[in-house]
Amino acid sequence: MTKFMLLQNYGATLACDLPMTEWDPADIKAHIEFQMALNDELASNGELVGAQGLAGPELAKFVTFAGGTAPVVTDGPFPESKELLAGYRMIDVESEARAIEIAAKASAAPGPGGVPIQQPIEVRQVMGAPANGE
Amino acid sequence: MSTGTGIEDLLREQAPQVLGVLVRRFGDFDSAEDAVQEALIAAARHWPAEGVPANPRGWLIQTAVRKMTDQLRSEQARRRREDAAAMAETQAVDVTGRDDTLILLFMCCHPALTPASAIALTLRAVGGLTTAEIAKAFLVPESTMAQRISRAKQRIKASGVPFGLPEGEERARRLRSVLHVLYLIFNEGYASSIGADLHRTELSGEAIRLARMMHATLPGDAEVTGLLALMLLTDARRPSRTGAGGELIPLAEQDRARWDRALIAEGTALITGALAGGVVGEYQVQAMIAAVHDEAASVGDTDWPQILALYALLERMTGNPMVALNRAIAAAMVHGPAAGLRLLEPLDEPLAGHYRLDAVRAHLHEMAGDTQAAMAHYRAAAARTTSIPEQQYLTTQAARLRAGTAQPRGRPPA
Repeated sequence: MTKFMLLQNYGATLACDLPMTEWDPADIKAHIEFQMALNDELASNGELVGAQGLAGPELAKFVTFAGGTAPVVTDGPFPESKELLAGYRMIDVESEARAIEIAAKASAAPGPGGVPIQQPIEVRQVMGAPANGE
Repeated sequence: MSTGTGIEDLLREQAPQVLGVLVRRFGDFDSAEDAVQEALIAAARHWPAEGVPANPRGWLIQTAVRKMTDQLRSEQARRRREDAAAMAETQAVDVTGRDDTLILLFMCCHPALTPASAIALTLRAVGGLTTAEIAKAFLVPESTMAQRISRAKQRIKASGVPFGLPEGEERARRLRSVLHVLYLIFNEGYASSIGADLHRTELSGEAIRLARMMHATLPGDAEVTGLLALMLLTDARRPSRTGAGGELIPLAEQDRARWDRALIAEGTALITGALAGGVVGEYQVQAMIAAVHDEAASVGDTDWPQILALYALLERMTGNPMVALNRAIAAAMVHGPAAGLRLLEPLDEPLAGHYRLDAVRAHLHEMAGDTQAAMAHYRAAAARTTSIPEQQYLTTQAARLRAGTAQPRGRPPA
């Protein structure tokens, strides 16, 4: 089994650049139900390690060590906030192919009118112990 | 929390009393706590098959003492004789279980601990939950929670608190921090501040159990009674607080037929009795507010002038800007949205950037018919909340207005 992180950020997706607060309420509901159903499916398969959403870019801060003085803390809003992480799923799966399959499913989450928003999902393998030659 | 059997309830009830005996006897909270956990695990393993012993507490005390002496023995063989003496004396220990439970609560909620540590330690030492169960409830790895508990125990050891009830003013101060910790445990379960689950029922249930235990020990303390009443009156609404998909349903839109009438009756009787006692504290006022909501058949039937007066009283008592926020909602219900919005103005500074301020503003603007302002504030609130159910609720409110389906409904948010 191999662990992968599936990451999504705030950027506009291929099929939808409308913020969710401007969707039809029924479409929001369908989108949330889709995400929850996907988590439930992965959990019942024994493939879900964890899934978390992160609070919005409005609450984000960048912190830099500044030598002996107080650290430099930068508050938003950030011009590059579309690149910030919105949430992640960590999965533990048989193969990279399976990780890609799950990412594709996540990318098909429905948006306005039930049309998949085609959000790009970043698939990153989690580093682990060295291979033991099996 | 896992099996829900009679044995489990019995063990949870006995846990703090057994721990109290051991700490009293050996003075070492840290190792006593470990020994009691081992005894509880042994009981959970043996009793279901072999039957509950005639004197369950005696069995647990003996087992825990044996574990403790084993531990001491392996550490310091030369103290063997003292340990044997300790074991012989156990039979003669005068156990006053309820006092011990209270002393333990005072210890675990020591002001030297951070709230997070006090909560974890209380759940384990007084609540008898395992570290794994507590870790699960707070969504952290078990090793992290074990470390948090262990550091809390070391802190208590280092602070040199004697095992006894504090006296006078110190006692009142410490009692306040115990009530605060129980209140935080309840809230953590009721309105989860993190993650996707709005209810982590087991935490609320545990807080209520501990509050009942405190009330049984201190039946004359009006604030203890007030806190228990507040928990029951709030928990009564649990069945209607979330929809089928786990989404948040605000108070105004809840199906009140599903509220738990038995809990409401119990909570109302408790708070009514407490008020007859004299000194009114903040938990009692909060319980009264909850009782006024619970007795109303609908939002329209709610006695808003009384709620407004109670929030004004609570604000004077606490100076808490979150209370002022609730008072503004009540003022809007009594005098109209403009009056509520005026009361929000001085909160810009103390609540700067807090999503609840935007959420309430959005709601009051909607009441006033100003859709654009309402939408902007719902969006701002949605962007700033750290709770997933709240975020979904606020996003949907903005979307509802945007979709033009909005009708000002004159209802407060949850």
